[in-house]
Amino acid sequence: MTMSNHAKMTMIQAIRSAHEVLLQGDERVCAFGEDAGYFGGVFGCTQGLQEKFGKTRVFDTPINEAAIVAMATGMAVNGMRPIAEIQFADYIFPGFDQIVSELSRLRYRSAGQFSAPLVIRTPCGGGIYGGQTHSMSPEAFFTHIPGISVVMPSNPYDAKGLLIAASESDDPVLIFEPKRLYNGPFDGDPHKPALSWSAHPKGDVPTGHYTVPLGKADIVRPGNAISIVTYGTMVHVARETVRAAGIDAEIIDLRTLVPYDMETIAKSVNKTGRCVVVHEAPRTSGFGAELIAQIQEDCFYALEAPIKRVTGWDTPYPHAHEWSYFPGQERVLRAITETLEA
Amino acid sequence: MTQTPPKTELAPPKTPPKETPGFCVPEPSARPGDTPDFSAISALKDETAARPDSDCAPQDTFFMKDSLIRVIGDDHKAAGAWDPHLPTKTLRQGLHLMLKTRLYDNRMLKLQRQGKTSFYMKSRGEEATSVAAGMALRTCDMLFPSYRQQGLLFARDRDMVEMMCHCLSNARDNLKGRQLPVHYTWKEGNFFSISGNLGTQFPQAVGYAMASAARGEDVVTASWIGDGTTAEGDFHAACTLASVYCPPVILNVVNNQWAISSFSGIAGAGSASFAARGAGYGLPILRVDGNDFLAVYAATDWAAQRARAGHGATFIELVTYRADAHSTSDDPGRYRPKNEAELWPLGDPIERLKAHLIALGEWDEARHEALEAALSKEILVAYKTAQEHGTLRDGPWAPTPTMFEDVYAQQPWHLRRQRQDLGV
Repeated sequence: MTMSNHAKMTMIQAIRSAHEVLLQGDERVCAFGEDAGYFGGVFGCTQGLQEKFGKTRVFDTPINEAAIVAMATGMAVNGMRPIAEIQFADYIFPGFDQIVSELSRLRYRSAGQFSAPLVIRTPCGGGIYGGQTHSMSPEAFFTHIPGISVVMPSNPYDAKGLLIAASESDDPVLIFEPKRLYNGPFDGDPHKPALSWSAHPKGDVPTGHYTVPLGKADIVRPGNAISIVTYGTMVHVARETVRAAGIDAEIIDLRTLVPYDMETIAKSVNKTGRCVVVHEAPRTSGFGAELIAQIQEDCFYALEAPIKRVTGWDTPYPHAHEWSYFPGQERVLRAITETLEA
Repeated sequence: MTQTPPKTELAPPKTPPKETPGFCVPEPSARPGDTPDFSAISALKDETAARPDSDCAPQDTFFMKDSLIRVIGDDHKAAGAWDPHLPTKTLRQGLHLMLKTRLYDNRMLKLQRQGKTSFYMKSRGEEATSVAAGMALRTCDMLFPSYRQQGLLFARDRDMVEMMCHCLSNARDNLKGRQLPVHYTWKEGNFFSISGNLGTQFPQAVGYAMASAARGEDVVTASWIGDGTTAEGDFHAACTLASVYCPPVILNVVNNQWAISSFSGIAGAGSASFAARGAGYGLPILRVDGNDFLAVYAATDWAAQRARAGHGATFIELVTYRADAHSTSDDPGRYRPKNEAELWPLGDPIERLKAHLIALGEWDEARHEALEAALSKEILVAYKTAQEHGTLRDGPWAPTPTMFEDVYAQQPWHLRRQRQDLGV
C-alpha cells in the first residue's frame, strides 16, 4: 500500500485543502463570506466544507463587507480564528474602515490587551474579462496600513502554505488571490490554450498540514543579468518572458508584501546591479513605488541602471481592452531590455 | 462698482411654492436664546408600560417603539410592571456610582483645563445609561462601549488611579500613551478597547457574542452607540448581523439628543424613533427613559435574561440628554439654549434616584452631602497619586521605543529600522 500525501491541485483546491486542514485541526477556526457557506463560494474555495464541518463553522454572510470584517474581528478578539472571504477584492471597500481603523490598530491602541488574529481572503486581478468591478489589484491600499500583513500567492503550493501560516499567525493577514491563476498558471498570452496546474511543479501539493512562512520571498528562477521583483500573476508572465527571450534574469516572487523580504531583494540586486519591478496594479503610488524607493536606498551603489516599473495603467480595468491594460510579456520584455541596455 | 446680475424669467422664485419638489434640513425646536419645546418627550412620562416576558416574540415588543419604559415617576415613587424591585442597598450603590462618575468627570475636566492633558469628555446627565446597565450585567459579560460610558468602569470598580493615568497619558497609562483620553481599554474587566471612530464596535460586538455562543459560554455582550452614530453603515451592519444570527448581544442606542452640534433630527429622529429602526430589523426593542436608573436597570436585565436563555439580541433605545458639551473642544452655548438641560423633561438621573431613595426613607440630604464629600476626597487622593506618575504636559510618558511596539506581535524589520532612525 502506498501512502499518498501529495496530490495535484488547482489553486482553488489547494485553498480548500488549507481550509480543511485548519478546520479539522483547530476548533477555533471558522470560515464565512458571501455565498461561502452552502454554495461554497463563487469560485468554490469553500465548497463542501459546510457539509463536512457544520453550519456554525462554515456559513453564509449578509452582503455587507463591513459586517464581515467587523464580525470576524469580534470573533478573533474572542479567541476564534476566522477566515473571512470577500467575494472580490473590488468589493472590499465597504469593509475598508473596519480594516484600516479597527482591525489593524487593535493591538496597538489596546497596548497588546486585545488583538484579532484572522485572515481575510479575496480574489484579485484581471484576465478573466471581469470588467472594472471584478479585476482590481488593490493591494497598495492595504500595504499602507500598519498592523496587517498582506500576502499574494502565485501558485497552489504557496496558496495553501501561506493560508495556513496566515491563520496560525497572531496578526491579521489579508490574502489577495489572483483569480486568473485559480485554475492554471497564466503567462500573459490570452490566445494560448489554458494551462493546467497539474503540469506545474507547484501544483503538486501536500494534502496535510504545512506552512509557507510569511515575510519570505521565493526565488523562482535564479539568474545573474537582472533582478525581476514581482508577485501574483506577473510571476508567470515574467518567467515566460525571460524564458522566451533567453535572458538570465533572477525572478523573485515576493509572496508577502508586508512585511516584504528586503533581504532577498537586496542580495539579488546587489548581485545583478539591475532591477525591474512588475505588478498588475496601477502605477501611481502602487506597491512598486515602495519597492523601488527601498531598493535604491539599500542598493544604490550596486545599481548599473535606473530601476523600471511595469504595471497596469492608471485607469480603471477596462472590459474590451483588457489585454491592452494587462502588463503582458511585450511590456515586461521592453522594460527588461531597456534596463539591460541602460 | 458692483454689477447687478441680469434678470431672467427662468430664475426660480426664492421661496418655492409647496407643490415644487424640495428637500428638508431639520432644525431643533430651539437654538441659543430660544425656549425648547420638549412637549413630545413630556407626553411620554408614563409608568404604566406593559412588560412582555423576556422570551416573547420580537413583535410583542414593537408597541414600545414610540413610548418609554419608566419606573420612577414625578412623585419619586417606583411604579409599574418594569419596577425591578431592587434592594435599597443596590439603589444606594447606584447613587454612589453615578455620583462618583459625575465627580470624577468634574475633576478630569479641571485637569484638562489646567493643561495637564489634551482632551476630555464628560457624561453628565447620562450616568444612569452606563451605571445601571453595568450593574444589571454580570462582570463576566463583555462590554463594547463608546466614549461616554465611563460609568461602566465605575460599575465594575475600575481603579480610579489607573483611569486617571490613562487620561494623563503618563508613564503608568495602561495604553502607553497611544490613545486620546477617555478611550479606555481594560481587558481584565471585560471592557473592550474604545475606538473613537463611531459605531465600529457595534458589529464587532455581535461577532464577539457569536464566538461566546459558539463555545456555549454563558456570556452576554453589550454595546453602546449614540443617536448620531445610527446613521453610520456599521449600525446597519450590526443590526443585520444581530437579526440574522441571533447571538446573545444587547445593542444600546444612547439617544442623548445631540451629536456635537447636530440634534437627533439630523440622524433622522424626526422620521421614526431609533427603537423603530430596531423593530425594522425584527429585533425586540425596548425604549427606555435613560435618566431613570430603575428603568435602565430593568431593561438591561430583561435583555440579558433574554440573551442568556438563547433568545438572541435586543435593541434598546435609551432616551437621555447630554447635559454638557460633547467634549472639551466645543461650546454648546453656540448651538443650543444654555438652559436646555434644566428644561429636559426626564430630569437628572442622580437627582431622580436620590429623590426616590429619600421618598423611601432610605436617604437624606445629610447623607448625600457626606457621600459627596467622601467621594470628592477619594477622587482628590487618586488624582494626586495619578499625577505622581506624570502628565501629558510634563511627562514622564511611556518610553519612546514603545511607540514602535504592538503594531504586530513581533516587530518586523522595517519598524526596527524606523525605530533606529528615530535614534531610540
